Amino acid sequence: MFSMRSNARRSAVMAVTASAALVLAACGGGDGDGDGDGAGTGGGDGGGDGEVSITFLPKNLGNPYFDTSSSGGTEAVEEFGGTFSEVGPSEASPTSQVSFIETAAQQGVDALVVSANDPEAICDALDEARGVGVKVVTFDSDTNPDCRDLFINQATAEGIAKVQVDLITEQIGDEGQIAILSASANATNQNAWIELMEAELDANHPDVELVEIAYGDDDDQRSFDQTAALLQTYPDLKGIISPTTVGIAAAGRYLSTSEYKGKVALTGLGTPNQMREYVEDGTVEAFALWNPADLGYLAAYAAKSLVDEEITGEPGDSFEAGKLGSYEVGEDASVLLGDPFVFNADNIDDFDF
Amino acid sequence: MTTAIGTEQVVRSYTTYAQPLWRRVLVTREASIVGLLLAVVAVSMAIVPNFDSPLTVTFLLREIAPILLIALPMTLVIVTEEIDLSVASVVGLSSVVTGLCVQAGWPFPAAMALAIVVGTLAGTINGALVTFVGLPSLAVTIGTLALFRGVAVGLLGTTAISGFPDAWTGLARTNIPGTPVPVIMIVFALLAIGFAVLLHFTPFGRSLYAIGLNKEAAAFSGINVGMTKFWLFVMSGTVAGFAGVYFTLLYNNARGDNATGMELQVIAAVLLGGVSIFGGRGALHGVIAGVLLIGTLASALRLAGVTSDIINVITGLLLIVSVVSASLLTWAHRKRIAAVGKRKGRLAARAAVP
Repeated sequence: MFSMRSNARRSAVMAVTASAALVLAACGGGDGDGDGDGAGTGGGDGGGDGEVSITFLPKNLGNPYFDTSSSGGTEAVEEFGGTFSEVGPSEASPTSQVSFIETAAQQGVDALVVSANDPEAICDALDEARGVGVKVVTFDSDTNPDCRDLFINQATAEGIAKVQVDLITEQIGDEGQIAILSASANATNQNAWIELMEAELDANHPDVELVEIAYGDDDDQRSFDQTAALLQTYPDLKGIISPTTVGIAAAGRYLSTSEYKGKVALTGLGTPNQMREYVEDGTVEAFALWNPADLGYLAAYAAKSLVDEEITGEPGDSFEAGKLGSYEVGEDASVLLGDPFVFNADNIDDFDF
Repeated sequence: MTTAIGTEQVVRSYTTYAQPLWRRVLVTREASIVGLLLAVVAVSMAIVPNFDSPLTVTFLLREIAPILLIALPMTLVIVTEEIDLSVASVVGLSSVVTGLCVQAGWPFPAAMALAIVVGTLAGTINGALVTFVGLPSLAVTIGTLALFRGVAVGLLGTTAISGFPDAWTGLARTNIPGTPVPVIMIVFALLAIGFAVLLHFTPFGRSLYAIGLNKEAAAFSGINVGMTKFWLFVMSGTVAGFAGVYFTLLYNNARGDNATGMELQVIAAVLLGGVSIFGGRGALHGVIAGVLLIGTLASALRLAGVTSDIINVITGLLLIVSVVSASLLTWAHRKRIAAVGKRKGRLAARAAVP
């Protein structure tokens, strides 16, 4: 009898836990601004009239870069009237996005805007989502072109490589030793840019020598240590390019407190909020990036145009993207945001991301 | 006085079981997990939009299939009071081996066979270190967790291999015709039946509980404790090797870092399913319900728009509540037995007074 009672109590405890979980679920649903309802109606008729439901799936949540791109996406969705939601894994592992893609397919959202952690691992899941009528737009980091309708390219690899080489060679007077502080050794984007930077240096800057490519693994402390190691190993080093936001911020922090401040040039890809301090104290003259908010904004407009069947992703299709103006679809169903933007002491205060 | 004792024959009868059948089946930890699973499914169907679509079943089963598979041998391992933390690394290693073989132009079945053999070998290494060297499995498998993962990443570097034969990736993703259930569930069902029979209806399986409860007593009653454990680790490696092949096909992607951290998902589900981490208790149906419960809860919460951090928090709380409630129940049970014993003692003492 006693054991029955305690079992009943146990069941009650579990029921409460389950209810708590579901209550939390309901609250969470509220945050997403009724994405469930919007999705339900939107999915039924395949979109086209008024409410477009768009889900953003960044590489991971809690990443300031993607917070900014999602804020751009939200702005666009508010402008054209639709429902916006953001989902994502807590860590950027290759297969962690699959379950979120599947969830979007189940909800029947009109469009999914993804930055892929792995170009292949999420492909089949995206194909299945497209099979049930979800339009797939990738941004920031592309998948295999067969698996999506459109890719919003933040900048061409050539453009990114060139702007960084231009900045560093200008700052060091087009001669001397430079090094690169990259993310991880297998980072697709960074490796493509580095290859192009090497080609650009060989072709147009014969007096500049690239002495080492160091890898900080997009880890702040590791990037900081790698910067220190570079400066000790190469006493004649004149400049560092860091094509990753984590790397350039860590290198900036090291340089700004060291004897090399102002003597060793630093440039690369960084965000204004992270780099503001080093631009103001003279450690960094100029650095480049695109505006992730614009990227998210453009991706949301592109997704809407696909849902409304204004475009299909064919080269030559063009669509209007609110304040950014008109865009045209290029090769491989990709849309180019524009040239990278150079931030310096004169304009950095205009940006907050 | 002495003659009186001789004439008074005391007949004692013992029931086969302490409790009636319905109570032994229904009032168990496993039953409460199954009940909770049904409750979560029912509530989700009622209030979570889109949960009732057939896609939910397909996606859910496909995603948790590797965990379901690995949880089977893991249950047997944990019942003997051991643990295998290296399973996710074996999945990664098997995935890499599959990828390399296919890249080298092997026919897929051969690649799959080699990957499963590699998984078995990995399990053999674990088993040998535990049985023949006599090291604790926790230490051994923490070591091989790093070792196998290191070999996997080392073999393939940081690249990924994709482009597996469409027929095979298709097979990993298709459903049993006419149902929303993926075909991998057939394999799982066969394995589950095999493991259930092995664990619950064979002398080998029953001996695992004896080992888990008391190694020395098990050894003295003629059970070969060492070899039993050895075979469990081999099985665990083999199944993890197979799960690695499935994982590779499902995501059409062989990478060294595939399935990182999955060992903890497996162990969490096994413990939630009512297997004691101290060995000697647990049943397979509870474990299967445990895996399904975690998977269903996560799926429902995702559909409801809950972020992954909150899902992790809820899963963690659920696990802690279930483990704590089990400990509390054991404690309450002991107190009750003690109280009953004392009362019986008092009654007996009173009766003994003439």
